[in-house]
Amino acid sequence: MTLLLFLAQTIRIAIPYLFAAAGGALAERAGIVSLSLEGFMLGGAFGAVIGAYYTGSAWIGVVAGLFAGLLLAGLHAVCTLRLKADQIVTGVAINLFTVGITRFLLQLAFDSSSNSPRVAGFGGDNIGGALALVSNPLVWLGLATMPALAFVVYRTTFGLRVRAVGEHPLAAASLGVPVNRVRWVAVLGSGALAALGGTYLALDQHQFTDSMTAGRGFIALAAVIFGRWDPVRAGLACLLFAGAETLQIRLQAAQLIPSQFVAMIPYVLTIVAVAGVVGRSVPPAALGRTTD
Amino acid sequence: MSMTPARRAALEEALLPPIVALALVLVAGDVLILTYGEAPGAVWRLMLEGTWGNAYGVGQVLYKATTLACTGLAVAVALRAGLFNIGAEGQLAAGGFGAAFAGLALPTGTPSIIGIVICIAAAMLFGGAAGAVPGVLRAKFGAHEVIVTIMMNFIVLALLNYVIAAKLHVPETLHTPAIHTGSIARIGDSIGAFHGSAVNWSVVVVSAAVAAVSWYLFRTRGGFELRAVGLQPGAAEYGGVNVSRTWMRALALSGAIAGLGGVNFVLGYKGYYEDGFAGGAGFLGIAVALVGRNHPLGVVVAALFFATLSQGGLAINAMVPKQIVEVLQGLVILAVAASVPEVRRLVLKAAGTRRAAPVSPKPMSGSDAEAPR
Repeated sequence: MTLLLFLAQTIRIAIPYLFAAAGGALAERAGIVSLSLEGFMLGGAFGAVIGAYYTGSAWIGVVAGLFAGLLLAGLHAVCTLRLKADQIVTGVAINLFTVGITRFLLQLAFDSSSNSPRVAGFGGDNIGGALALVSNPLVWLGLATMPALAFVVYRTTFGLRVRAVGEHPLAAASLGVPVNRVRWVAVLGSGALAALGGTYLALDQHQFTDSMTAGRGFIALAAVIFGRWDPVRAGLACLLFAGAETLQIRLQAAQLIPSQFVAMIPYVLTIVAVAGVVGRSVPPAALGRTTD
Repeated sequence: MSMTPARRAALEEALLPPIVALALVLVAGDVLILTYGEAPGAVWRLMLEGTWGNAYGVGQVLYKATTLACTGLAVAVALRAGLFNIGAEGQLAAGGFGAAFAGLALPTGTPSIIGIVICIAAAMLFGGAAGAVPGVLRAKFGAHEVIVTIMMNFIVLALLNYVIAAKLHVPETLHTPAIHTGSIARIGDSIGAFHGSAVNWSVVVVSAAVAAVSWYLFRTRGGFELRAVGLQPGAAEYGGVNVSRTWMRALALSGAIAGLGGVNFVLGYKGYYEDGFAGGAGFLGIAVALVGRNHPLGVVVAALFFATLSQGGLAINAMVPKQIVEVLQGLVILAVAASVPEVRRLVLKAAGTRRAAPVSPKPMSGSDAEAPR
């Protein structure tokens, strides 16, 4: 029973990571640096709450969350792909912009600087624990995302093109692959996926709170890098990071390890991975470069 | 004014993106203000009056600009070496902690000038150490500094949070006890007009640091090597420069400069280290470096600009939510980042028709320099 609770809590924490990491893996495999996952998630969370609040429907919340993610990803794509802005700077700017615009709109819509009113979510209010988890369609979608992404990346023509433009855009272009169009789709897809992560978070908590993603986008990015840009490995990394968090919450009363050290685990593992101490983590060759 | 075409092109390239950004700020700001149902003219006037309109406002802007100049300069120095330091946030916090740590460790009777020097050195040492980690990992293991500096932010902040929460805090707070020595006086104590504002004599220390970095970058062999590595690591290596060592030096220096920024808050304003005091100033440093075009002087101007926006947000909060300036700051970065390549292309084209020497490109990131055009 304890094991089941542990598993349920791990999955509950992992779902936002899984969505966002899938988005990160998709964009980075296409050669676009994903520093803005955090912003896409936060935008998705806010959009979802706005949609659910004004219609009373969680599903419309999902659609609105997706829409917000696509808008932000579109802004990212226009800057980096159309105007050739630096991808890292753009990613940082999107994050700052999203924190600001969600705060501004929170003030405008709900006259609050901290949180929105309560909104609808999935599953009834009176069920809790593992049952709330299995009755939430976003949980199933989240668990299916990484295998689905692995299939798309490794088994479809589009996936082959994504990998080609991420590794060698000039070669891909010479074979007639529309490099920029493939990257556009990848960036928009990453915005939509990360926004779903934020949507899950907001609907699970039944409200939007200021900066509620709290660095989850960066943990997702860490999972992508630690998983060596492979969807399945990145998904397992998400579960690993979420498992560590769950363990920390469960052991909090015992005070074996300070929570801050558990919080560091994803970041330390990622540094170890890129430093190549245990099996080198190598990014897609054309990551961060924009081609005409 | 007579000017060679190449100089003119370089000047245009540096000045046009910020002008584009400023225009965008005004337009986007108008839209946001109108959305909230206020008159843009009145809000902008309030912002100017609350910042440059009185000595208190000027003092607050200078205080905020002091920290931003450090984080901006930190990012700029690393970029000059072709490295992207996204870790200024953690380095700034580490520097502030270092200053407070030294100020607590020194005995109470330490002469204040010695205390100040030691505390400043500790700030730079702690920040430099946080910057040296990605430098060493880049030089020795080829670990990409963007990834390592991002991850280091979270590690440093979590570590400091642990030290404060578990070991060093005043009960019921998340800050250390007041330092025994090393306090830097506020300017308001000696110049009455600034009374009440947070600006302190750190602004002089930081100005001296900006001048020193400028001299280092453009007048010394080490600075020349650093810039050479940033422009063309392969050519620099061929020319006898130790690229790995230059990378390590650049990131350690970058971290030390960011750490120096912590002096402003800890020694000059509060007299203690407080968890979370960096509050995004490290990330804003990226914007400051970008708008300042990686030049020490440009960084100072950009720091003043962003400090004005952020102080201005507080000034206009009575009429419109101060969050408007956070939106505008994000948009400024996007506008500058997006207009830099386009402006460069147009300027190069114009310079070409004037038969001038091409403008030397200043890469924003290491990988960008090798990008196929």
